[in-house]
Amino acid sequence: MDCKKVAELLPAYIDQELGVGELMGIDEHLQNCPDCRREHAAQRDLGAQIKARASYFTAPPHLEARLRASLPKSNAAAPRRWTMQWRAPWLHTGIAMACALVAAWSLGLYVMQPSAQERLAEEIVSDHVRSLQVDHLSDVASTDQHTVKPWFNGKLDFAPPVVDLATQGFPLVGGRLDYLDGHAVAALVYHVRQHPINLYVWPASSHDVASTQTRNGYHLMHWTAQGMNFWAISDCAASDVERFAQGLRVAVNEPT
Amino acid sequence: MTDLTKSQRFEATVLPHLNSAFNLARWLTRSDHDAEDVVQEAYLKAFKYFERFHGGDGRTWLLAIVRNTFYTHYRQSQEHSRSEQFDEDCHSMEDISAHGAKTAENALQRRDDERMVNRALEKMPIEFREVLVMRELDDLSYRQIADVIGIPIGTVMSRLARGRKLFAGLLAHNGQEA
Repeated sequence: MDCKKVAELLPAYIDQELGVGELMGIDEHLQNCPDCRREHAAQRDLGAQIKARASYFTAPPHLEARLRASLPKSNAAAPRRWTMQWRAPWLHTGIAMACALVAAWSLGLYVMQPSAQERLAEEIVSDHVRSLQVDHLSDVASTDQHTVKPWFNGKLDFAPPVVDLATQGFPLVGGRLDYLDGHAVAALVYHVRQHPINLYVWPASSHDVASTQTRNGYHLMHWTAQGMNFWAISDCAASDVERFAQGLRVAVNEPT
Repeated sequence: MTDLTKSQRFEATVLPHLNSAFNLARWLTRSDHDAEDVVQEAYLKAFKYFERFHGGDGRTWLLAIVRNTFYTHYRQSQEHSRSEQFDEDCHSMEDISAHGAKTAENALQRRDDERMVNRALEKMPIEFREVLVMRELDDLSYRQIADVIGIPIGTVMSRLARGRKLFAGLLAHNGQEA
């Protein structure tokens, strides 16, 4: 690689945005070219100066409050003006009945505490969202099941089944370690038409009937097979999640 | 019910990026007050058009709206009130880099390092300032910056390279003044 090419690629080299080939080319050039080495150090230090010393302005607390207040509140009905006169005698009976209803309803809420299964589903939704937010979908990025599966060796005390479903439209894109329901779990990442699917796998202590549900716009599917818990979640169409689960069950039962 | 889902999804995917949004808006407007206005307007827009967001990177999507909001409503008025546009004729690149690196290094030893870095960054032309802020302060990848601004990745790279050099020049210049 010549100096001109190196100069052009230096910013991407510093920001670790290059592929392995170009990276090695520049490494080699820098070892032999003092001029480019100086240029590299100067650029790198400038970036570091900004990172270390320029202010990061965090939003003032009142701004978040103002935003939340200005966004439509969908779970609270619009407040209605109470224009009726208190004089109407039947109203007292009405209010008493309303109070009784509220009491019965809140008792109902109390009885309907979320089950362990529901809490787990909620945990999975948050984990899925978090994995997308922090741009941390995969620790091992590979479309090769024979790369992803061994990656879990020594990181988990079980061997998750890893299969690629590219032929069915669900290419494997990677995997990562995650923590759910008090266990370290394997999270496998698949794609379907640009939508990520997170598949969580860990050993099951009981056999659960397959179930589907929708939460916050995400479709979840849960089943157990071969002594493992499987939870799949995605924002793609519910039918896609079901197709994905179906394909996976077949593939896991008949490993290639 | 669908509305409830929309609010909750919005809270989960867009609201967490408030600090990123504010930081970018603050560096674009260079004023706390204007930054708050830009962010608030951007969030209202984001909520209104949230149906158009089909998963993916909530932060990139929000930052693009923040940036558009700024460019549509705020930039023109700002240009008139305080133009500190970088004059490339006065500060030619060669001129700067000649004594730039050395002077910049010395100047940075001083106690008011941070103030000087901030001042230099504030004085940068906006198209370089925004890529530097997203890259160095918010750790966005080239791909993400390209998506926010709507330019090719190669342009992101060249603006960063150019931006860092301009920054060095401004820092050296400020150092001499101080």
